[in-house]
Formats: sequence, structure tokens, C-alpha cells
Amino acid sequence: MAVDQLKRTSLYAIHVRSGARLVEFGGWEMPVQYAGIVEEHRAVRIAAGLFDVSHMGQVEVEGPGALDSVQRLITNDAARLTTGGGLYSPMCLPTGGIVDDLTVFRLGEQRFFFVVNASTAEADFAWIREHTTNATARNRSAEFGLLALQGPKAAAILGRVTRINLGDLTYFHMRDGVEVAGVRGCFISRTGYTGEDGFEVGCPWDAAPRIWDALMEAGGADGLVPIGLGARDTLRLEAAYMLYGNDIDETTTPLEAPLGWTVKLDKDEFIGRDVLVAQKQTGVPRKLVGFEMLERAIPRHGYDLLSGTAKIGHVTSGTFGPWVNKSIGMGYVTPEHTRPGNRIAVEIRGRPAQAAVVKLPFYKRSA
Amino acid sequence: MYPKDLRYSSEHEWAKVEGGRVRVGITKFAADKLSDIVFVELPQIGAQVEFMQPCGVIESVKAVSDIYSPVTGRVVEVNTALGDTPEVVNSDPHGRGWILLVEPKDLKELDKLMTVEQYVKAIGEEA
Repeated sequence: MAVDQLKRTSLYAIHVRSGARLVEFGGWEMPVQYAGIVEEHRAVRIAAGLFDVSHMGQVEVEGPGALDSVQRLITNDAARLTTGGGLYSPMCLPTGGIVDDLTVFRLGEQRFFFVVNASTAEADFAWIREHTTNATARNRSAEFGLLALQGPKAAAILGRVTRINLGDLTYFHMRDGVEVAGVRGCFISRTGYTGEDGFEVGCPWDAAPRIWDALMEAGGADGLVPIGLGARDTLRLEAAYMLYGNDIDETTTPLEAPLGWTVKLDKDEFIGRDVLVAQKQTGVPRKLVGFEMLERAIPRHGYDLLSGTAKIGHVTSGTFGPWVNKSIGMGYVTPEHTRPGNRIAVEIRGRPAQAAVVKLPFYKRSA
Repeated sequence: MYPKDLRYSSEHEWAKVEGGRVRVGITKFAADKLSDIVFVELPQIGAQVEFMQPCGVIESVKAVSDIYSPVTGRVVEVNTALGDTPEVVNSDPHGRGWILLVEPKDLKELDKLMTVEQYVKAIGEEA
């Protein structure tokens, strides 16, 4: 990708003004941190954080064939969705490899709304359009800014700038055509990528700064702070959410990743189904597991995973988890090493560092 | 902010002469850039270190960086306190956040490093 002309969200000036450190991410110039990753991470677990995720894409599929098209495109079952309901799903190639992982909401009988990853948005739209029949697929990414408001104080803060009764908006539901901070044409979903309660608020592209400022003002006393991509990554890793391009990609299937729960083999034909049925029958060649380091060392993307001296896989994500306060990672290993408690090692700078397989997620909020 | 009695490397380490030995750490500039330091891999006591060759590793939440020795010699002491409190490198990089103490081969080697005036100019900050 040519990076000489990075894209910027409508919140760019606010990030600069807020003292953010900016980095390239998926062709976008985005804030990686403001006050610091650890401080931001803790703020989301304790109070609330505000994220600019306007770089993410949106694709709408509308028409008589909308449901059938969505069903063909994703592994999860959209037929069970009533209006306002949504779900998380991989979207697969015929090989079972993952084109992207996304959320899709049913906004009407014949209308579905995908929210997709930034780095794959263009390719996703091409893929969705190619496999949409008797309906129209529209790339709406440029129309919408997107903010994520996450943390235990998120509902209280958002409630101050919208008249929508957020108590009625349950997990993985979306309401569109709503007003937020005086801005019309917004949508709100109760979703996130942090392991906390929270919302994602979409709005007309240029209105994002107005909503950002209104939320910061409404939430400042509750400890609301801006959060960069650095803490977004550590938060999602503690919650064991997949990062596309690291943990999953076109070479991994949802059954190898811990996404079996999103694969509904009992629904009608969908792209990738044959391979996934076969994998289910014969077993997967490798499986993504979580692990904790037993010594002071930090696993990183790409490091080898070992059993004794034998290579059994590689790390896909790793960090020091600021809230769980230990070094954690995820990676693919051969099936005999997936049992929690199983000892493995991570090769770090030529030396094996001891680790133990653990059940995912690393962090789960108390109800 | 940047002590006058230290010498500074282009890779943002500092060196301080203490009775013929050289104490080594990373500069405030480097610590701020890394932010959130969570792990420091120290050299072994007795290890030989070479001028501007890697002698340790420092990890922030986000990134892994090498520590370069600003002097050739033998490691005589390491800051083992960083094992439990690596964040001290962030909070006191020129003091309690020191990393290793070296018995130098030749103290004159430090003349190759920057003075505080040269260093703050290189990083575009005030002394």
C-alpha cells in the first residue's frame, strides 16, 4: 500500500490538539496513545474511554435478496436476527480462510449493515458486492464517522447526550436514525472490542468532532479519557478478541481460531462451508490457544512456540496485559498442546521462556 | 532535565563516570518515547560489552528495543531492582532507573559520546 498519502478521520485535529502520538494503521494516520497505554487501559476498565474508530468500514446490503446474500457471505446465522439485532461473524473464502471478521446488524426485513475492519474495507466491499444477488451492496464507509465509548461508566455518559433509552438497547443490538449530541442520522450499537460494557456510535462523517466533544464534556467528571490504538490492542487481547491480520487471516479458518461458535453448519449453503464441514469431521491441524508466561518475558507476534525443542506453532498476539498484570499471548499450536495447564515455551531472542496454556479470555468483567 | 555530568549516545543511552567505572542507562527522551516500560533484560555480570553494540533489551507494552553499551568493558553490576519495578526507568531514567555498571577498557572512549549540549540539540529539547 502506498503510504505517502495517509487518510485522516474527521477527528484528526482533535487528536493532535489532545497530544496524541500518531501512527500509520491500515492506510490511516491514527492516534496510538494519548496519556500512555497503561493509563488509558486502566481508565477503560475502571471508568470509560473514547476511541476514534472512524477508519472502520460500513457496507449496507438492501433488497429482496439481502438475507440470502448475507447468509451466503457469513458463517454465523443472520436468519435469527430480528430488526435491530446483530451478530459477530467471520466471512470466509471457499477455502475456509477468513476474508474478514465483522459485525452485521439487521436494520430492516431486507436491510443489513456490516461494520468491517479498516485495512480490509475495500476488499470486503468488493467481496460482498460480488456475492450479493437480488439486492444492492453499498460501501458507506466514507459517510460515517465511528466512535467507541467503552467502560463501566459508558452508559451513564452516553445517556447524557441522547434521548434514546439505553436500558432498552441490549448487547449486540443497534438503533439507527437516532440523534446524539444534537446530531441527527446517527446509529448506536451496544458493542465493543474491550471486554467492557459500551457502545459504538456512528454519525455523519463531519459530525464526529461535535459528538466527541460532547461526550468528553459529559464524561470528564466520570474519568472519561481518549484512548489510542495501543490500549485498544491490549484491551482486546485481555478479552481475547481476534485481531484480523494477526490472529486470523485468509490462511486460518474459524475452527482453527476459537470461533467455532460462529460457524453454523446447520444453516443453508455458505461460502467455505464444505471445508469447514470436513475440518469438523477430520479435526483441525492446529488451534489458537491463549497462554500466560511463567517467567518475566513478553511474547510478541511472530515468535516461535515450542514444546521441548520442537516448534509447535507461533505467537499471533502478545503483550504485557496492563490489567491482568502479566505477560499474555495467543498463538496457533498443534492439537495435542491445546489443553489448559499444558506447558509450552516461547522462543524469545534465542532462548525458550516458559509458558502455560490457559483458558480464554484472560479477562472477563464481573457482571 | 539532562544532567551535565553525563555523556550521551546517538541511541539515547547515557554514561556516567563513577570512580573509574561507568554507570549506564537510557535517557529521559528514550524512556518517554518508549513509555510504559514493563520489562528490562539485563546482561550477565561478567559479560563483555562492546561500544555501541547491544547489551540488553528494554520492552514497553508496545515495542521491543535494544540497549546499546556506550562503552567497551566488563559488566560488574546490573540493576536487579528493575526485575520487579521496570517502570522506574520511566519515572527516574537518569537515577534509580540505571541499567548496568561497566568496568571500562578505556575511559577515553567516552569522548566519542555527546555532551549534554550536543545531545539536547540532537533531540531538539532544552537542557
